[in-house]
Amino acid sequence: MRKSHEIVAGFMPLLDSAILVAAKEMGFAQAEGVELTLVRETSWASIRDRMAVGHFQVAHQLAPMPIAANLGLTPLAAKTIAPIALGLGGNAVTVSNDVWARMCDCGAPADLDAGAAGRALRAALTARAREGAREPLKLAVVHPFSGHNYELRYWLAGSGIDPDRDIEIVFVPPPLMADALTAETIDGYCVGEPWSTAATLAGAGRIATVKAAIWRSSPEKVLGAAAAWAEQEPEALAALLRALCRAAQWCGAAENHHELAAILVGPDYIARPAEWMLYGLSGTLAIGSGATHRIEDFFVPFAKAATFPWKSHASWFYSQMVRWGQVAHSPENAAIARETYRPDLYRSALKPLGVALPSANAKVEGALAAPTPVGSAGASLVLGPDGFFDGALFDPDKLDDYIAAQRR
Amino acid sequence: MPQRSIPLSILIIDENRLRAAVIQEGLRDAGYDRLTVVHDVVGIARKIAETSPDVIVIDLENPNRDVLESMFQLSRAVQRPIAMFVDRSDQASIEAAVEAGVSAYVVDGLKRERVKPIVDMAISRFNAFARMARELEEARSQLESRKLIDRAKGILMATRGLSEADAYALLRKTAMNQNRKISEIAESLITAAGLLAPPEE
Repeated sequence: MRKSHEIVAGFMPLLDSAILVAAKEMGFAQAEGVELTLVRETSWASIRDRMAVGHFQVAHQLAPMPIAANLGLTPLAAKTIAPIALGLGGNAVTVSNDVWARMCDCGAPADLDAGAAGRALRAALTARAREGAREPLKLAVVHPFSGHNYELRYWLAGSGIDPDRDIEIVFVPPPLMADALTAETIDGYCVGEPWSTAATLAGAGRIATVKAAIWRSSPEKVLGAAAAWAEQEPEALAALLRALCRAAQWCGAAENHHELAAILVGPDYIARPAEWMLYGLSGTLAIGSGATHRIEDFFVPFAKAATFPWKSHASWFYSQMVRWGQVAHSPENAAIARETYRPDLYRSALKPLGVALPSANAKVEGALAAPTPVGSAGASLVLGPDGFFDGALFDPDKLDDYIAAQRR
Repeated sequence: MPQRSIPLSILIIDENRLRAAVIQEGLRDAGYDRLTVVHDVVGIARKIAETSPDVIVIDLENPNRDVLESMFQLSRAVQRPIAMFVDRSDQASIEAAVEAGVSAYVVDGLKRERVKPIVDMAISRFNAFARMARELEEARSQLESRKLIDRAKGILMATRGLSEADAYALLRKTAMNQNRKISEIAESLITAAGLLAPPEE
């Protein structure tokens, strides 16, 4: 009989916890001999702390979190690795009805185009300042070391808005975002689903743009694993990675979305209506005022190597940590960030499954204008499009140049 | 014991007012009098700036911990760097705190001996509070069970003409046969009676 691996994983109630939830509920974990226990948490800090003391071996984490932990930027950080990603995309930028009305006066687009929406926001901010408004608009993200924080700042900066001077960036837990918008304590936010849908269905705001429009096919969450545990229990980790890969494949198939939504509404998971989940899963978002809009690759759980832990993703997050003053750039720090992501563990664990395994560990981000076949083992692989909204490229081999170009 | 000359300033953040009071009392009894208690993180940045705490104690499950930690990233809100616990190598203390459901943030540069008694006190008070809450819950559920059983007995006595002792015996026998608690059987019976008969009141 095969040895059973007991693994406890922490997660936050977000749509992209779906892969972990499906691994347990659809039997993928069990099929790999993993007895998976999922524990819902109330903050990313709590997930990190409980991983540090060994309550959790692995957890649903914001992709930059393990990097920040290994760089010693967060309290009580234990060495963490990212051996698999939990999908691409999935976030939206939602603004209050008032801000949206101002953006519309300045030519905001109906199609969530990031460039046009950014220009409209910039013009709206200028008009607002001319009218004598002194307090900057408050835009919320969930965590300083999050895809939300970096993509929001990237979008603002690329639109000619200084995220530290022209805007105040504040922090709010995801489930409280819609309420904070309604209460007018914030003017907008960037968050994962279903927490934008929560505001648009309630009539509290309008989705202005989405992560997929700011940077298509971009990284969002990873499975963080305690490095010490991963070293001691390589078989358990490999079995879990296989289960998660199968679960991601299942989550990515449109015919399973209703069943997945029905699981996620459970009281131990996201505990919100199934309808809320289906917008994000289908990519046809309720953007506000009863309108819907379809976004290609809004949330990609499996296709396009969506679970592969690209070292270029780790390096990009690192470049943004440097850009916004969270860490000083040095070759050592850059290496710590890169080495947090473990495509080697991903490949060796998933080899028996016959799924597409990219040949490279890193790629030039933003280089693919159209779906492009790339080198892989196990199965053929198509990546892209993956462009940044401003047309920029991120070449991880030219990290120093990229950082220098973004220096303020 | 805190040094008399420069007592440490402690900020307690807890949405649970009762628990906050229990911790506050413990720390005050131990001689710490520079205590500030808040129940809501709204406006917390200003509170931190005003009180300039050396130690911040917050419940681990507070959904606003990410918000609090984000403030440590912004030099505007907090002047001095803050770490969780003084010494990362103090694994036993960290584990005890997480087990108890408390987290503590400490200003950089404080000596371990000065902070440890505060953290230990918070841990023991959190544990005591959890124990108290558990006992209260047990007492409450015992009371509930007794009420349910009394009502179920009454229904059986009225509908089947049983004596009180026989009604109880029937409930107990059914529970044993089904391997369930008597209170669960009583609850099912009350629900069933409610569905079958018009309300009595």
